[in-house]
Amino acid sequence: MDTFLQVLASGLMLGALFAIVSIGLTLIFGIVKVVNFAHGEFLMIGMYLVYLITAKLGLHPLVTVVAVAPLLFLVGVATQRLIIQPLMSARDDHIQIFATVGLSTALINLALLIFGADIANTPPGGLRMPIQIGPARVLLGQVIILLASAALVIGLQLFLQRTQTGRAIRAVAQNRAAAQLMGINVNRIYMLAFGIGAACVGFAAAMVAPLYPTSPTIGTYFVLTAFVVVVLGGLGSIGGAFAGAMIIGLIDSFAGFYIGSDLREVAVFGVFLLILILKPSGLFSERLNLSHVSP
Amino acid sequence: MLRLEGIHAGYGATTILHNVSLDVRAGEVVTIVGANGAGKTTTLRTIAGLIRPTAGRMTFEGQDITRLPAHEVVDLGITLIPEGRQLFADMTVHENLLMGAYRGEARAKQKDTLDNVLSLFPRVRERLNQSAGSLSGGEQQMVAIARGMMARPKLLMFDEPSLGLAPIVVQQVFDVIDAIVKTGATVLIVEQNVFHTLRAADRGYVLENGEIVLSDSADALLTNDHVRQAYLGI
Ligand SMILES: Nc1ncnc2c1ncn2[C@@H]1O[C@H](COP(=O)(O)OP(=O)(O)O)[C@@H](O)[C@H]1O
Ligand SMILES: [Mg+2]
Repeated sequence: MDTFLQVLASGLMLGALFAIVSIGLTLIFGIVKVVNFAHGEFLMIGMYLVYLITAKLGLHPLVTVVAVAPLLFLVGVATQRLIIQPLMSARDDHIQIFATVGLSTALINLALLIFGADIANTPPGGLRMPIQIGPARVLLGQVIILLASAALVIGLQLFLQRTQTGRAIRAVAQNRAAAQLMGINVNRIYMLAFGIGAACVGFAAAMVAPLYPTSPTIGTYFVLTAFVVVVLGGLGSIGGAFAGAMIIGLIDSFAGFYIGSDLREVAVFGVFLLILILKPSGLFSERLNLSHVSP
Repeated sequence: MLRLEGIHAGYGATTILHNVSLDVRAGEVVTIVGANGAGKTTTLRTIAGLIRPTAGRMTFEGQDITRLPAHEVVDLGITLIPEGRQLFADMTVHENLLMGAYRGEARAKQKDTLDNVLSLFPRVRERLNQSAGSLSGGEQQMVAIARGMMARPKLLMFDEPSLGLAPIVVQQVFDVIDAIVKTGATVLIVEQNVFHTLRAADRGYVLENGEIVLSDSADALLTNDHVRQAYLGI
C-alpha cells in the first residue's frame, strides 16, 4: 500500500511538471491557432535566464520569476509580431508550422553557440529537499510545482472569464471577424496571447530549473510530452491540459514501477493513442474554431 | 454622413466591387438591393474595414476611412451586424452584449446602454446567462442586433437580418428594426425581403455584378419596372 501511495504521489508530481510546461502551449494554440514548435525552446531560454540570474546575482531561483516571466512575455510578443503575424495572411497554416520549427532549431543553435553543449545546473535553493507526506516522499520543489500549476490554471481561467481583456481574447479565439466588428484589435490580442503563453513557460522555468539540468536541448525533452498532454486535454483547453498532464504523469509513474521503466513511454503513448481513437477531439475539448480564417 | 466614391474591392486578386459610389445621410434609412452574389455583403464588409478597397475613397463624417482597420472604424461609430449573426457561440448572451460595448465611450456607458437595449429585447433579457450558441435562430438574430446596438453606433448596418428565419420570427425581426428606425437611427440595410425593406427605407441602390446600376428614392424603386421584375417578382 505504501509503495502504491509513493508511486501515486510521484505520478502526481510528474503530472504537475508536465502541466506547468504545457499550459502556455495550449493557450497559444487555442487562441492564435498556431502550433508553437519553439515552445520547448522558450522553456530552455527561461531556464538559462533562471540559471544566469541565480548564478550571477545569487538570488533564490523562485524569485527570478518576477524577471523571467516578463522577459518570456516579450519573447512571445516578438515571436507573434515578427514571425507569425507576417505569415498570418497566408491561407496555408503549414507555413506557420515551418516558421516555428525553424525558430526552434535556430534557438537551439543559438544556445549551443552561447552556452556550449555543457549542462548548466541552477542552484537548487533548498527545493531538492525531500519532504514526507504521509507514507510518500517527494521534493519540496515538486510540491511547489503542483501548487503553482494549479494556481496558474485558476488564475488564467479567472482572467479569461472575468476581465474584459480576457473576454476579448476568447472572442477572438471563437470568431476573429466578429471580434474585429466589436472593435477588438485582433493583432494586438494575438500578441498578448502569445506573450501570455510564453510567460507561462517562463513562470514554469523558475520552478523547473532548480530541479532539472539546463542544456540547449532540454526543450525537446519536455516538448513531446507537452504535445501529448495538449492533444489529450483537447487542443486549447487549459483545464484539459492540466487533467491530461496528470493522466500522463500517473501512467508514466505506474507503468514505470509496475511494468518496467523502459516500457513507460510505450504505456504513455499506448494510452494516448487509445484515447485519441475513442475520442479524437481530446478528453475535454470545447467546440473550437481551429483556423484563423473565420467562416 | 457616409460616402463611398468609386470603390473597387474584392478578395485577393478577384475584384468584386467595381466603381461603387453611394452615400448615406444622417437620419436616413438606405438599402442596397441586389441578387445573390451581387456584392452586397462585400460592400458592407468594405465599409466596416474588414476588406480594404483597392481603389476609391470612403469618408465618414468628413473623415477619410478608406484605409482604416475594422477596429478603428468601430471607434468612429459604424457598426455592422453581420450576415449569419456571427455570435460568440460559447460565450453567454450577456458576454456577447458586453463585447458589443468593447470600445472606449461605449464601454464607459455600457450599463445604461444595456438597460436601454434590453428594454427593446425582453426575450434576450430572459436568456442573458445562456450560451449564445444554445439559442434559436431568431433569438440569435435578436442578440446580434442587440450586440450591435451596444456600441452606440452613429451608423448601423444590417446584413440579411432575416436570412434563414421562420416567417413569424422574420416579422419580429422587422418589428425590432422598425423600432430602431423610429428612434431616428441612421441605417444601411441589405435584406432579401426587398419589398418590406423598401417600404421602411428612404432611399435605395440597386447593385448588379458589383456595380450600382440604379439609385432612387425607395418609393420610386418600388414602382420601377426593372426592380419590380427582378427583385419583387411582380
Ligand atoms: N471570402 C470570399 N472569398 C472569395 N470570394 C468571395 C468571398 N466572399 C464572397 N465572395 C464572392 O464575392 C461575390 C459577392 O459576394 P457577396 O458580397 O457575399 O454577395 P451578396 O452579399 O450580394 O450575396 C460572390 O461572387 C462571391 O462568390
Ligand atoms: Mg450577402
